[in-house]
Amino acid sequence: MSKTNPTDRKYSKEHEWVRDQGDDTVTLGITDYAQEMLTDIVFVELPAIGKKVKQMEPVAVVESVKSVSDVFAPVSGEVIEVNLILENRPELINQDAFGEGWIAKMKMNKPEELKGLMDAAGYEAMIREEKH
Amino acid sequence: MKKTPLYDRHVALGAKLIDFGGWAMPVQYTGVVEEHHATRTKAGLFDICHMGEIDVRGPQAFDLLQRVMSRNLEKQTIGQIKLSVLTNEQGGIIDDLTVYKLADDHYMVVTNAASKDKDLRWLQSRKQEGNFSDVEITDRTDQLGKLDLQGPQAQAILQTLTENDLTPLKYYHAMHMAVAGVQSLVSRSGYTGEDGFEIYAGSERIGTLWDRLLNAGSDAGLKPIGLGARDTLRLEAGMMLYGHEMCETVSPCEVVYGWLIDLEKDFIGREALIQQKKQGVTRKLVGFEMVERGIARAGYKVFTDGREIGEVTSGTFVPTLNKAVGLAFVPAIYTDPETEMDIRIRDRDVKAKVVKLPFYKREDKHIFYNVFI
Repeated sequence: MSKTNPTDRKYSKEHEWVRDQGDDTVTLGITDYAQEMLTDIVFVELPAIGKKVKQMEPVAVVESVKSVSDVFAPVSGEVIEVNLILENRPELINQDAFGEGWIAKMKMNKPEELKGLMDAAGYEAMIREEKH
Repeated sequence: MKKTPLYDRHVALGAKLIDFGGWAMPVQYTGVVEEHHATRTKAGLFDICHMGEIDVRGPQAFDLLQRVMSRNLEKQTIGQIKLSVLTNEQGGIIDDLTVYKLADDHYMVVTNAASKDKDLRWLQSRKQEGNFSDVEITDRTDQLGKLDLQGPQAQAILQTLTENDLTPLKYYHAMHMAVAGVQSLVSRSGYTGEDGFEIYAGSERIGTLWDRLLNAGSDAGLKPIGLGARDTLRLEAGMMLYGHEMCETVSPCEVVYGWLIDLEKDFIGREALIQQKKQGVTRKLVGFEMVERGIARAGYKVFTDGREIGEVTSGTFVPTLNKAVGLAFVPAIYTDPETEMDIRIRDRDVKAKVVKLPFYKREDKHIFYNVFI
């Protein structure tokens, strides 16, 4: 069973979460539901610091034994930090997708994009829909 | 999609199901990595009912098979299995399969799931063409179920359900026995690189067999295993998969099946293969491991000095060795171990090197590999 989706963050249709740090920067990762669908994550390709991405462009890649999946940037901006621990411990995403399994931090250049993302309740409704 | 007799059991176990060669098959139950480790360290049970079984019977059964198989079946003893390929006139691989000799006039050919229908058509038309009138070819896939029991605990688990002593059963040999009261054909063989068995029984009893085996093996750590781990297990053991490493335009000489060809006997594809051996093949399948961080996948291109030289046929992260490995076609001059090459992963060239196959070999393997299969 997936863990509860925290209410302190926003969610994308592609199963990313993004948490507003309050200073125009955000932390992002994939949701617990996403890690459960991907199963054993064995490799994470992190973006370079300074990489600029537009909303919903690929910002990282996560690979399981069977699959390769893009992680899309929920907001536009510039990568300012990456979770380097994932290079040696990609399984942290499976174990703690909303916490220690965070992927990157970005400086937003269009903070208003956050408003267009789903809240936890909206995201859960979408997953329920997907399961049917 | 077709369902195996165990479909409801997979659903009840919470398996993730996928379409594999037109069959709804479990890709995983709890997780590929966990299932992989269970098979390597304890034991795993696989639903392999989707694979094809074709009976070839009659006084000319041997003659027909000898004509279509690359392997010389002349010295095959009753109860022995031979791995072989079916080749077309150009020497291309129609399928790779196992041939069970059950009696002098009775063979069972076990095919890949997706190849079964074309294998059947091939056998039937070669029968017509060669006037092998005294042979009967029967598709038994629907009547026969197949379970693979693999891993270091496989023999101990199976032994609790049969009166027959399993110890004398040699690698690539089969015998009939009752398993949990179900009449079965059991061979010591498999597709994981571990010791283990392939068990064939009537479809209507395969569910009973599945339940009894899982039950008998639960204390020893037996787990149901999906196709996801089956793929990592076979790749780690350096085994090829039809549709990835092989197709009808690939010859056995280009992959690691040169040893399956006997050019001393007459068979379809022989002339082409003689030519090929004389001229030498230009591309060859090699095993490689990643030197830099990255996972090579089927279809990724291989480069050297910025020049494209080949393509990955299978590749993933293999759990026991804990690294990314794969198989690729490259020109014959790049096949020496330690040869460096680049694999293009998402527009980036990532270093890999050729390594000897198999990637993984179990410690006690010599016990079985002394026997020439």
